[in-house]
Formats: sequence, C-alpha cells, structure tokens
Amino acid sequence: MVEFNLPADSKVGTGKTHKAPDGATRIKTFKVYRFDPDSGNNPRLDSFEIDLDKCGPMVLDALIKIKNELDSTLTFRRSCREGVCGSCAFNIDGTNTLACTKAISEIKGDVKIYPLPHMPVIKDLVPDLTVPYAQYTSIKPWLSTDSAAPDNERLQSPQERARLDGLWECILCFCCQTSCPSYWWNGDRYLGPAVLLQSYRWIADSRDEATGERLDDLDDPFKLYRCHTIMNCTSTCPKGLNPGKAIAEIKKAQVKRL
Amino acid sequence: MEMTTTDIVIVGAGGAGLRAAIAIAESNPDLKIALLSKVYPMRSHTVAAEGGAAGVAKDEDSLDNHFNDTVSGGDWLCDQDAVDLFVEQAPKELTQMEHWGCPWSRTSDGKVAVRPFGGMKIERTWYAADKTGFHMLHTLFQTSMQYPSIERYDEYYTTDLLMVDGACRGVAAIEMRTGQMRLFRAKAVIICTGGAGRVFPFTTNGAIKTGDGMAMAYRAGVALKDMEFVQYHPTGLPGTGILITEGSRGEGGILVNNDGYRYLQDYNLGPPDPWPRKKAMELGPRDRLSQAFWHEQKKGRTISTPHGDVVHLDLRHLGEKKINERLPMVRDLAISYVGVDPVKEPIPVRPVVHYTMGGIDTDIDAKTAVPGLFAAGECACVSINGANRLGSNSLTELLVFGSRAGRGAAEVAMAESTHVDESAIEKAAEEARAKVTGLFQNVGGGETISGLRKDMNSTMEEGAGIYRTEESLKDTCVTMKEIHARFANIDLEDKSNVYNTDLLQALELGAMIDVARAMAVSALNRQESRGSHQRLDFVERDDEKFLRHSLASYAGADDPGVDYRDVVITRSQPAERVYGGDQK
Repeated sequence: MVEFNLPADSKVGTGKTHKAPDGATRIKTFKVYRFDPDSGNNPRLDSFEIDLDKCGPMVLDALIKIKNELDSTLTFRRSCREGVCGSCAFNIDGTNTLACTKAISEIKGDVKIYPLPHMPVIKDLVPDLTVPYAQYTSIKPWLSTDSAAPDNERLQSPQERARLDGLWECILCFCCQTSCPSYWWNGDRYLGPAVLLQSYRWIADSRDEATGERLDDLDDPFKLYRCHTIMNCTSTCPKGLNPGKAIAEIKKAQVKRL
Repeated sequence: MEMTTTDIVIVGAGGAGLRAAIAIAESNPDLKIALLSKVYPMRSHTVAAEGGAAGVAKDEDSLDNHFNDTVSGGDWLCDQDAVDLFVEQAPKELTQMEHWGCPWSRTSDGKVAVRPFGGMKIERTWYAADKTGFHMLHTLFQTSMQYPSIERYDEYYTTDLLMVDGACRGVAAIEMRTGQMRLFRAKAVIICTGGAGRVFPFTTNGAIKTGDGMAMAYRAGVALKDMEFVQYHPTGLPGTGILITEGSRGEGGILVNNDGYRYLQDYNLGPPDPWPRKKAMELGPRDRLSQAFWHEQKKGRTISTPHGDVVHLDLRHLGEKKINERLPMVRDLAISYVGVDPVKEPIPVRPVVHYTMGGIDTDIDAKTAVPGLFAAGECACVSINGANRLGSNSLTELLVFGSRAGRGAAEVAMAESTHVDESAIEKAAEEARAKVTGLFQNVGGGETISGLRKDMNSTMEEGAGIYRTEESLKDTCVTMKEIHARFANIDLEDKSNVYNTDLLQALELGAMIDVARAMAVSALNRQESRGSHQRLDFVERDDEKFLRHSLASYAGADDPGVDYRDVVITRSQPAERVYGGDQK
C-alpha cells in the first residue's frame, strides 16, 4: 500500500497563540497559516483570539485587526474591502472565498485561514499567481475583429449585451481556479475554470469575430477537456458566477461545428 | 543593484497607467515600456469606480454644456483650456474603449446608453451597469496584453524617482517577492499612482490608495497643486465607507432625513419636484450635498447609528427589476455591509472622503516641471476638476490624460538618443537604498505603523474635514509636523526580505504623511470658501485673492511653502453656481 504524505519540510506545525485581552466577552479564535521562507522553518498555524465586540463583521476585518494590533508580520494581500478587486482570496473555513465578503458570523467554531490551495506560497497567505495570469494572457482576452471599426460605437442590442451577464463579472480572484482538482493535477496544461470563463466571455460577445480561432485554440485534450464537471468552481465562486456552465458552453460549441 | 534598462517607466497600472502604456505602444512599437505596479493587475482602485464616465453622447447635448457643467461644478478653479481639450477628447476616448471591447450598457437601438449624474445639464455618463471602472480597467488590461513592448512588473513598489542632472531618468523599486531593490533606467517616467484618500479615516478608497506617487514627485521637487481640495462623496456606507454610486440618484434615488423629509430643498437645491430632474436636489454637485448633510447633522435632523449619523438613500420606488438591472452592485453592497435590501428599505449613508482634486502639478500635456517626468489620473492635477470634481469626469480624465502622458513620454523617449550612464543611476539611487535600510535598522523607537497612521487619520478628520477653521487647521498642521518627526522612531517588526508588508506599509505611511501636510498647510493658507474647501471663518469665495491654484513645495521636516498661480480663464467668467430651479 502506497502511503501519501507531505514532504517533511511542508508539514504544518503548531505556532504561537495570542490570547484574548482580559475582559473580552465574545471571543473567536482565528487559526492562520504562517510561512516565512526567510526563516527556513516549516509552516505553522498561529492562533489569534479576537474579541468580536471590538472587530468589524468580516474575516478581513479580523485579519487587519491582527496585523494592526497583535502581529504586524502577518502577511496578506488586500485592498478594496468590498468584493471587487479580488486581492483577499484565501481558503477560509475550508472554502476558497474573499475575506472581505465573508462574514465571521457565518463560520461555526474556529476560523481557519489558509492560502489558496495548490499554488506556491510566497509567504503566509500570499500565493504566487504568475501561472494563472500567464494562462489568462494565452487565451488572447481582447476584442478581435477583421472588419474596420466604425466612426462611432459598434452596435450591440441589449439582448446581445445580456449574453455577457454572468461572464463579465469575474474579478480574477482565482478562487475557482484553485478549487479545481483537475487544475491541481494538470495546472500546467489545463487552463482552469477562471481562464475558460474568460475565454467564453469573448466567444459570447456579438462584436468579436475570432470565434473560430478561439475554438481551434481550445480544441485540446488538456486546455479544455480536463474539465470533468466536478463543479467546485461554481460552488466556490464568491461572485456567484458559473464557470462550469461556461465551460460546458464551449464544449457544446466545439461539438456543434464538427 | 540589478538594473533594467527600458525606454519609459510607468508607475501604477490602474486606468491611467494602462491607457498611457497602450498610447506609447501604439505610437511606436519599438519603445520598451516597463509597467510597475505594487499590486497584481485588476487590483488597482480604478476597479471600484461604479457610476460611469462622462462624454457628450446625445444630439441635444454639446461640448459647451460639458464645459460649463465642469467649470461651474469646479467653482471656476478649473483651467479652462484644459477643460476644453478634455470635453473634446472625451467622446473619442470613450468610443475607443467600445472598440476595444468595453461592455457598455446599451439602449434598444444598440447604441451606448447614458445616465445623468450630479451637476449635469444633460445626461452624458456612459456606464456598464454600476461597475464601470471595473469594466474599463478590464478592457484596458486586456487590450494592453496585445502589445509585446509592454513589460509588466507586478508587485513592485516604487520608492523613488531617480534624478540625473535635474531630469527624471528612472525609478528605484522594491521587488516584493524577493525584497530586493531594483533600478529602472529610462528616458521618461509617468506617474499614475492614484489618489490619497487613506490619509483620512473614513474613505471610499481601497487600502492601497496612499499617495505614493504624489509624495515621490513632491520630494523630487514637483509642486503639489490644489491639495486643500478633497472631495467628500455624499453617499458612503456607515462603518466601512464603502461607496454607493451617484448613479443610484441618477436613476431616481432620493435622500431624506430623520423626518423622511427631502432636506436638500432647504439648501438652494430645490424645489423637490418634478423628480428626477437634472442639476437639482439629489443631482446637485457632491460638495453641496455633503455640506448639506453637515448642516442637517448640526440641526439634529440626521439619524444616529452605532457607526455615526446617517441620512437615508431611498431607492424603493425604482422597483426590484430596475435596481437589479442598473444597480446590482449597490444592492449587493447594501445587503452585505449594512444588512439592508434597498428593494425593501432605505440605505443608511453619510459623506465620505472620495477623491483628491489636487495632485502633482502638470500642464495640459500631463508634463511636470521636471524634464522627463509626466503624471496622469487622480495623482495628477491638470486641473480640470478645480475645487470640486464633477461625478463621472474622473474615469474620462484617466483616459484623456493617460493617453496624452503616453504620447508625450513617447516623444521624449524618441528624442533622447542615449540613456544616461549606469553609474549616474546607481549614484542617484543611493539615497533610496539608505532610506529603506534605515527603516530596518531602527530599534527601540517605540512607534508603530498602525498607531501613527491612526493619529494622522484623526487629526486630518478633525482639522481638515468638510468644514475647516484657522484654529482647527493650525492644530492639524502642528500635529502632522509632530507625526512627521515621530515617523523616524518606527520599529519594523518584520525584518524579513520576502514580501515584507510591514516595510511596505511604513513606506506608504511616509508618503501619506507628506501628502497630508501639503493638504493641511494649503488649506490653512486658503482664506476663502470654494467648492469642497469650506472655511467657517471665511465663508465667501474670494476671487480677488484666491482665483488661483495653490502650489505646495516640499520642505522636509518643515511645513511646505505655498505659492499661487493664476487660473486659466478663457471664456467663462466666475459667477454664482446655480442649482435647483424655479418653484413649480
């Protein structure tokens, strides 16, 4: 029987515990993944006890409170704090989501926060997203036309424009990408749900004239067909989008033109 | 230090930076561009702009209307030659965005749809639902990927401009993932780093908006212009400061006080009906609406909540269908952050710091006084915004002036035959490196980043908020001077190299302190009330003395010196700003 295990230097140890201040009444424990490559030590899980009466409602509020008041070495990305910039995507309570839109009150028990799974970790909660961005570039995500642009806007009916609904809202947080087991195994060659959703956004655009080339480019056992409709992407998307359906639409378009 | 040689460095990859990069690539594909950003693509704060971008679109509208709305909205502090250029270029740039694939919302005949915004005579705000900045940024990022000459340096924090013989010839930047300082040698540099709303505690701005580029240019000898003008947006969510777009009033939303009364009619913005109506009531300019809130609060007519006093933004009469179609993000935000569904209940809102009208002093071509240095977008001050920016002019501004900055920098780069010597760049970077190593070496000073930031936030809100007085501003100037001195005693807890956000936040705080001091001192010196700058001790506008731009110049530990320059007036003489209309 083969035993699978993490390499010795990847095992997550127990880290420091920061106790709640005296007199705190509504205490919640946040267990946060820490990894400092400079130290040469294994990753660890630090515990921070937070008084919820002195903290904002979202998981991001707790992380900012920890950084400001308890441990300023805690490292994570964040900016808009309103679910639109895609910076603060982590694995929270077992699911990939945005810390700024995830309410602490939705989580039973301790709040466990890890970086997005299966990406190289730069430090603490900061993953390296170079590969997904490069994959995004590879699908040529821009309007491609042969006909010359008119003097004014290209016409597009509200119905044609509505075909982009559910596709155009993607914030590139890569929660879906890093929740997909197929992407975990074949992330070097499978484009993944986030990138395929974007690919379909251009196929669906009535103004784009490169549908044939786009479909040719995706007609590949790895780039597209590693999707096995596991649908983790759709259940994890913090914006409520459905990458699984977009991928199915691409597959349908491939079949239709056979 | 590792050195990269390129033709043009762009600092900041939000809307203005990307637009500049595309303009350079289009004007000459042989020019190499290094696009540095402290964040990954699509994290820049352009992404959060909601309502839309202004440009004349309807037959019954005109460039003159857009010009007049902008100039009177800015309380005549706009440079009119710049505004003329801006309104003329606006529709072209917005159409160009359509050609690049921007998913603008449409009318039934397939044309681009426009909506009304505050202070606007005829509707001219192009929009993509209520996520316009998001879609513009996506479109620009996507388009930029077509050009191989644009090389991205994601998560590089630029610390300093590198000056050789009085000209800007590159930048020093920290590569976040290694912590190494890297030098970029170039023939021209464009700063597109956005605003500085985070100087204040309660702001719509994301955490990254810390005025880095403003501070960089300021320290390198470029004046910061009109820094006393900080826009409060009238409708932010209490607690978080998250923006509820002006588009929600453009679609017909109303503001009411604790009696359910549309209080704006008491502040020369009425009569309330007929509604919706342009340039009246809830579609008055932002400065007037935020000031009206302040007065309502003084009269005890606001609603008190644990996160401060609020008024109600009521959208219920629009109905669920329209709210979902036109304002889906507003609905999401209200439900998530204040637990209110606008279909069923009014949204609690209060004024919130939103935009810095002031910024790096540039001319109409986005050039600064330093050879080789350009700036565009919110970090710059041309000025088309004057004393109060008109809603939806800023997204268009980053296109028009981002593009001009790109073309201008391309000309400079093509005219310079050779780069300056590597040794000159190395020498220019010595101070930048010393600043960073100095922060690491500090021990035992006892100041924390978050503590100092909080003190800065408090004194700016107390002394330099919606209404200001000589006394409040003097206090703030003194406190800010102390905070500047205390900055030397910051201890970095994180001493590591890789992705050191402690170091990053210290550098950002240093930038904010310099920018905040320029704001407070410029506000103290402007003894009048104009647009967003309201003095309780000088309540009138004073064109005799202050129809001029302020120019703050950096003086290290001392308060900045403030000079003035006349406003460019071409065809619109200062007059009274008139909103509302006759009683029906």
